Amino acid sequence: MDIFLQQLINGLTLGSVYAIVALGYTMVYGIIQLINFAHGEVVMVGAMVALTVIGALAKAVPGMPPFLIMGIAVACAVPVCMAVGYGMERIAYRPLRRAPRLAPLITAIGISIILQHLALLIFSRNPLSFPQILGNRMFEVAGAHISAVQIAIILGSVALMTGLTLLVYKTRLGIAMRATSENVQVAGLMGVNINRVISATFVIGAALGAIAGVMVGTYYGIAHYTMGAMLGLKAFSAAVLGGIGNLAGAMLGGILLGIVEALGAGYIGEFTDLCQVSWLAAGPLAERCADGGNFVLFGSNYQDVFAFFVLIIVLIFRPSGLLGERVSDRA
Amino acid sequence: MMSLFRDGASSKQASRAAIVLIALVLIALPFALAQAGTAWVRITNLAILFALLSLGLNIVVGFAGLLDLGYIAFYGVGAYCYALLASPHFGLHLPFWVILPIGAAVACLFGVLLGAPTLKLRGDYLAIVTLGFGEIIRIFLNNLSQPLNITNGPQGVTLIDPFRVGSFNFSKPEQWFGLAVSGPIKYYYLLLVVLVLVMIVNVRLQDSRIGRAWVAIREDETAAQAMGINTRNVKLLAFAMGASFGGIAGGMFAAMQGFVSPESFVLVESIMVLAMVVLGGMGNIWGVVLGAILLSFVPELLRYTVEPFQKAVFGKTLIEPEVIRMLLFGLALVLMMLYRPAGLWPSRTRRRELARAKRAR
Repeated sequence: MDIFLQQLINGLTLGSVYAIVALGYTMVYGIIQLINFAHGEVVMVGAMVALTVIGALAKAVPGMPPFLIMGIAVACAVPVCMAVGYGMERIAYRPLRRAPRLAPLITAIGISIILQHLALLIFSRNPLSFPQILGNRMFEVAGAHISAVQIAIILGSVALMTGLTLLVYKTRLGIAMRATSENVQVAGLMGVNINRVISATFVIGAALGAIAGVMVGTYYGIAHYTMGAMLGLKAFSAAVLGGIGNLAGAMLGGILLGIVEALGAGYIGEFTDLCQVSWLAAGPLAERCADGGNFVLFGSNYQDVFAFFVLIIVLIFRPSGLLGERVSDRA
Repeated sequence: MMSLFRDGASSKQASRAAIVLIALVLIALPFALAQAGTAWVRITNLAILFALLSLGLNIVVGFAGLLDLGYIAFYGVGAYCYALLASPHFGLHLPFWVILPIGAAVACLFGVLLGAPTLKLRGDYLAIVTLGFGEIIRIFLNNLSQPLNITNGPQGVTLIDPFRVGSFNFSKPEQWFGLAVSGPIKYYYLLLVVLVLVMIVNVRLQDSRIGRAWVAIREDETAAQAMGINTRNVKLLAFAMGASFGGIAGGMFAAMQGFVSPESFVLVESIMVLAMVVLGGMGNIWGVVLGAILLSFVPELLRYTVEPFQKAVFGKTLIEPEVIRMLLFGLALVLMMLYRPAGLWPSRTRRRELARAKRAR
């Protein structure tokens, strides 16, 4: 039971990060039906910038309170990522808005390669470690441990999701964004500045990505120039799982995916241990299974595979996702 | 085709002479390259291998218009097939003419396995799913060393047999008519023959009923369906065919290198092959080969020029050639899509289509 609860907590933490990144995908997709393939790299840039700032501050001002350091790091990472998001849209996507569908996808791949290798040049080829300035205080909940960082990540992402929901449903910009996602031309005729709304969407998504980058960096204690690709893919899977284009869907999908992944990694070894199958354990595998030995087909090193299986299964059986209403069939 | 017939006999003769000339150059090429070092022959071989891969991917991306971002997985499957069936790892040493078809068939099976459930998806979804598939294959290659050692994990499979026909060994250096013929040079000729064969198959495919069906699907799937094309089967065929070309190339790669590991089949490689197809000109066989050769040679040239240049100017290597290569890849993808979306050597239909899109704007 403890393992279950522990994995649930870990999954919830990871899922919150996925949800925040997935929001970036889903917002852009909702408005211009584009998969912003390079969004994962924005998260990576956020983590790298934050890490550099934290490292520098922790060294320069030894007695600084950790929360202030984190605050300053986020305050530095967010504008950088916003600029990256804005530039990306201007350079790689806007000129191709009416081009065949594959064109922006290919430029996106190009942008993500460029961002990765610029990060390699600017920061480092090797993984950078996040200094443990927040400490590792642990709280015990019903036999499972939850760290201060995990609590901060979960609360932080709840706050971000609330803030984004308010922005989209209560402000003028939000109204303009929703109008644009309904119909770009008509929104334009109603006096919405389409280009500004699309830029704003990218910039908001990038800001969320930056914070997610800081979160994932502090959580794993590490940042690497290739970290964005896998994270981005998983977050995209989460967005699809929830129903791409749907904000609540991205949140739900992210958290579900995080939990599936954590529980999957926790239990797959047990479930695929062939020594549990009595006739195998008694017969051909007797030697391996003796004295509590095991014959695990798939261990937790297959963790990264879950997200893709979820993605493929969702796309086959329910392409509109859990909360998506419609599937557009534009080729 | 038209220009060949329009001017009658004289241009026919001229093009025949050109073909003979090109053939002679290609036959003499490895000996000239060997003067600069065997490394260059190897680079040329890899370039031809990439041309094979690009031709395979071109069927999927260029002809049928399905963006496949996990193509390298099929290459990996082919390579591992060869590696496992012709190395001391399992103690099997089957001859290559048995394994290459097996590798192609297994890769084809994987292509169908990936294609069957996903082909009804829209283009960009398909791209992401294929990307995920490529990663899954890599993760499996990396981890299938336990509990049974199938792939030998990240260490990879070593001591893979070279191609052999009777006593003729492709990796052993020999003397032919007083000329030193090294292993890579032998492989060069083999690869060249395979490349020509694959190009002929591709040209024939392009104008065949299937090829036209692919292009029809790329242009407008609904219209193609209305014309009586079984879009699902035809798309599946594109996937399967592209995959089996990848499988064959993979087998040859394994034999040439004598070593395979999951490192060779990462996402970046998929993107590199895609970059070759895009840069050369999606859908045009000659363009794709040009793209593959350019993107294989330019980085090597960079390696030999940029590093000494940096050393001379700054006294040390500031930017490694590998990084420059990747930055250039990225830049090439972006700039090509923005300014020359049809590629350096576009296919005629593609050019027309893009011109139309521009007018519509």
